[in-house]
Amino acid sequence: MADLIEDKIKNYKTAPFDARFPNTNQTRNCFQNYLDFHRCSKALSSKGQDTSPCEWYQKVYKSLCPMSWVEKWNGQIEDGSFPGKI
Amino acid sequence: MAHPTQLGFQDAASPVMEELLHFHDHALMIVLLISTLVLYIITAMVSTKLTNKYILDSQEIEIVWTILPAVILVLIALPSLRILYLMDEINDPHLTIKAMGHQWYWSYEYTDYENLGFDSYMIPTQDLTPGQFRLLETDHRMVVPMESPVRVLVSAEDVLHSWAVPSLGVKMDAVPGRLNQTAFIASRPGVFYGQCSEICGANHSFMPIVVEAVPLEHFENWSSLMLEDA
Repeated sequence: MADLIEDKIKNYKTAPFDARFPNTNQTRNCFQNYLDFHRCSKALSSKGQDTSPCEWYQKVYKSLCPMSWVEKWNGQIEDGSFPGKI
Repeated sequence: MAHPTQLGFQDAASPVMEELLHFHDHALMIVLLISTLVLYIITAMVSTKLTNKYILDSQEIEIVWTILPAVILVLIALPSLRILYLMDEINDPHLTIKAMGHQWYWSYEYTDYENLGFDSYMIPTQDLTPGQFRLLETDHRMVVPMESPVRVLVSAEDVLHSWAVPSLGVKMDAVPGRLNQTAFIASRPGVFYGQCSEICGANHSFMPIVVEAVPLEHFENWSSLMLEDA
């Protein structure tokens, strides 16, 4: 299972089609992957496990999300004012 | 790009635009045939000395001119729906580019591997070199590999804009806070021009879009160079 994820991460070209977000509006796709990356990192590191599977979410949100949005959200997380639940 | 006194579409640079072009030719031909027929009938009616005062109704012709238009509409609808669904097909992009609209320039972000981002301003008329196109050229072009499905995510940082490239058959509104997805395949190498398509202030007419489709190796060289310069 871990190998499959590793292969997927290694062969990453760009964010693949996600059936949860089939339409033109991809805003939620970007936000969801950003949330999932932070939730995954938080969950795995709190258990003391390797967080490399979370890289998938990071690659996807980096592909999809505008850099200005990511910087803003990173700043909000540091401030403690991020609106999403992580 | 568009040229003076142009009447039709620009040459297609993507498969979807080719389909749209052919459909437009098909629909326009039907429209022209019907218009010619109607115009002929009008002139024939107006210029004859014959009269017929005793016709009341005719079942046969009524049936013909009900069924025939229905058939013509079906002949228009079927290719139209075919293209509609073709444009909606799930594609597997090789590359994702973000096009962000600002007042009054576009910025492009290529973040699949590294964080490459740059602004694309229109070249002012006084700075054009001979052979360049007025109000269409930009200092940095959005370079894409040819024959590869490209996903473009369009958004805006301030007001509404719209990212349009007619020869690729692409137009997508840029809405602040929203990420709109569109995709295209550049079937041939070349330079394709477009202009902002949503009123966005004083310089709305002066923030063009230039897409340059090149072979993959050239694209890779270009992106390495851009990353070094950044």
